[in-house]
Amino acid sequence: MFKIAEKKLLAPDIYLMKVEAPRIAKTAKPGQFVIVITDERGERIPLTICDYDSKTGLVAIVVQAVGSSTKEMVKLNEGDSLRDFVGPLGNPSELANMDIEALKKEKIMFVAGGVGAAPVYPQLKYLHGLGIDADVIVGSKSKNYMILEDEMRAVSGNFYPATDDGSYGFKGLVTNLLEDLIKNKGKKYDRVVTIGPMIMMKFVCKLTKKYGIKTIVSLNSIMVDGTGMCGACRVTVGGKTRFTCVEGPEFDGHLVDFDEAMRRQTIYKSEEAVKLHRQNDPQEKGCFCKIDLGGVK
Amino acid sequence: MDRFKRTPISEQDPKERAKNFKEVCLGYTKEEAMREASRCLNCKKPGCVPNCPVAINIPKFISYVKEGDFESAAKVIAESSSLPAVCGRVCPQETQCEKNCVLGIKGEAIAIGKLERFVADWSREHDINTSKPLPYNGKKVAVIGSGPSGLSCAGDLAKLGYKVKIFEALHEPGGVLVYGIPEFRLPKDTVVKHEIDNLRKLGVDIETDVIIGKTITIDELLNGGGYDAVFVGSGAGLPKFMNIPGENSNGVFSANEILTRNNLMKAFRPEYATPIKIGKKVAVVGGGNVAMDAARTALRLGGEAHIVYRRSLEELPARTEEVHHAKEEGVIFDLLTNPVEIIADEKGWVKGMKCIRMKLGEPDESGRRKPVEIKGSEFLMDVDTVIMALGTSPNPLIPSTTKGLETNKRNCIIAQEDTGLTTKDKVYAGGDAVTGSATVILAMAAGRKAAAAIHERLSKEK
Ligand SMILES: Cc1cc2nc3c(=O)[nH]c(=O)nc-3n(C[C@H](O)[C@H](O)[C@H](O)COP(=O)(O)OP(=O)(O)OC[C@H]3O[C@@H](n4cnc5c(N)ncnc54)[C@H](O)[C@@H]3O)c2cc1C
Ligand code: FES
Repeated sequence: MFKIAEKKLLAPDIYLMKVEAPRIAKTAKPGQFVIVITDERGERIPLTICDYDSKTGLVAIVVQAVGSSTKEMVKLNEGDSLRDFVGPLGNPSELANMDIEALKKEKIMFVAGGVGAAPVYPQLKYLHGLGIDADVIVGSKSKNYMILEDEMRAVSGNFYPATDDGSYGFKGLVTNLLEDLIKNKGKKYDRVVTIGPMIMMKFVCKLTKKYGIKTIVSLNSIMVDGTGMCGACRVTVGGKTRFTCVEGPEFDGHLVDFDEAMRRQTIYKSEEAVKLHRQNDPQEKGCFCKIDLGGVK
Repeated sequence: MDRFKRTPISEQDPKERAKNFKEVCLGYTKEEAMREASRCLNCKKPGCVPNCPVAINIPKFISYVKEGDFESAAKVIAESSSLPAVCGRVCPQETQCEKNCVLGIKGEAIAIGKLERFVADWSREHDINTSKPLPYNGKKVAVIGSGPSGLSCAGDLAKLGYKVKIFEALHEPGGVLVYGIPEFRLPKDTVVKHEIDNLRKLGVDIETDVIIGKTITIDELLNGGGYDAVFVGSGAGLPKFMNIPGENSNGVFSANEILTRNNLMKAFRPEYATPIKIGKKVAVVGGGNVAMDAARTALRLGGEAHIVYRRSLEELPARTEEVHHAKEEGVIFDLLTNPVEIIADEKGWVKGMKCIRMKLGEPDESGRRKPVEIKGSEFLMDVDTVIMALGTSPNPLIPSTTKGLETNKRNCIIAQEDTGLTTKDKVYAGGDAVTGSATVILAMAAGRKAAAAIHERLSKEK
């Protein structure tokens, strides 16, 4: 059991949880993730590590309650425990393995969307620790969905907010903002790191390809074990099948087959819809049989 | 009584069991077991014992069963095997102990596996304790992985007085016994859980959710972790795919994924959160135990299940009993057939599988006749789900994070056969991690050999 030491509401339905996991807090590196199981009947949910501190033994994750399982997870409060918390999984971010001098020569831009800000934060923090302040664009629906702003501002260079409704910062998509910075504001970047919804990463990559900027993405594929055992997380990168959990989660964004990756994310959509329905209407429990849903797409 | 005929064993009706996950074989009753045991000729030079990978004294335990002294029978088995309830259920007896039974020449071999299972189940139900641990000897051993190899290594060492801790990557201990082999062949709550509870009773500590190489490394365990030796029983869990076009379409899964979702995550029970998706027509590619388990699982989840295998019935590597049960339940066998492409619809979901017919040619290195394609025989199989059960290989995670631990070309850890000692001092290994995917009994035997070698070495140190 892994105790939740702290829980904070960051935005509507988005929580930060600090979990007691001393072994992971000691070995985690930016870019890695954990797998979390809420309770006995829960599923294995991959979540990126947002922060870690070997002194306190705490590992921070950010959970957006969108699916039936994440909704269950955020019902837990400070003092409650998660059944399982495994990690750190995946490879550390490329940045964390790079030569520091080489890194200092690069101009880096992070582009985060929604809760993608959570995995971007530890990378910014890592770079900041080396004396490198990268720029960052954070996109969200509206101002009140913008998370970890103060934390990120403290460890980044230029901080560019973008909102769909214009309630804060730039009005529009992160790609519009990025293009504006490059084309009209004379900004030059050697590297873009983008983390967020698959569709956003796809379009960021399309744009950076046009400008010839190396781009790293972090994929949030469907996973079960997270250790290379099942292949649920497979993606096509540069024409080759790769397992996100052990060969990623970071890949060269210009080589990722995003259309396939997005399609694969929908595999369990119909099952999920049924579960959400059940959760909202517990009276109907038992009226659906998982088995019969096999053919539904 | 006809000495050449096996005492029949009761099984769930095939029509009934094709719709549930309860155990297929119901086991012998006391009387049936004694009757079956009385067929044994108690050969002076038994054919069975040399063919048992752990050399259980089979005639001896069977003669106790014949007399109704099941406790003594259990003790005989316990001298050589630490997982009899499991092995009695899943060992390929027909190619091992039962293969050279003299009764098999004229009639049917003694049902050694079924008797082993009976004795093990009986002693579990009667709470027979076959061993007592020695007092703590001051030494600590870490065991990585809680499959059959890790469990038996840990058990033997605990009995010898070692403080043993098992580190398991998944959230439940048991390895393949829990995530791979389905409930209908190996009940988890009774059989597997009992084995694990027994280990705990021996004082073995099990920490789940620890991935060696990620959460903590072998070097950390040995230097500063306080462990005097490490046993690696991490299995061979990485699935293979065919690398044919369309393999990443929605609806193509590895058998490991389907089995893990269903067995470990209990997706077949609606109250569990993990989803599983099995279509109306399912092709399982492969012919081993894993393929049979995947096909029978798909069938139970409501799909029409096909085994697609490139050789013929005789070459199927699965246990005979599983093939027989699968057929009874309605699994369809498409033999001498090999997939060449998976066809997806416009949304990316599987809508068919292009296959080619095969014929058997000359024997290959494995001694089996090599399947060769029949030119121009391609045809389309109408399926909406494809499950790949093509074998697995060891995970490179541990070797790649442990200095000095060498592997061969197939990613298997190099270890001495008689001791399990690897190329790294104080580190032993056994089971599928060393051999590639094999059997429960071989993994168990390797775990026990390593335990003996670790003891031999550590008892010399002061
Ligand atoms: C579906 C299926 C059906 C089978 N049917 C049969 C059968 O009928 N008869 C038979 O004899 N054999 C059968 N086998 C084969 C048999 O199960 C294996 O040979 C046997 O389980 C191997 O045991 P093991 O201890 O080496 O490894 P495993 O049982 O694979 O256990 C390895 C354990 O190590 C853990 N692990 C891996 N890496 C790490 C790490 N880095 N840190 C911590 N823990 C780790 C894994 O999570 C796992 O729990 C079957 C296998 C499968 C998959
Ligand atoms: S999540 Fe199972 S292999 Fe990646």
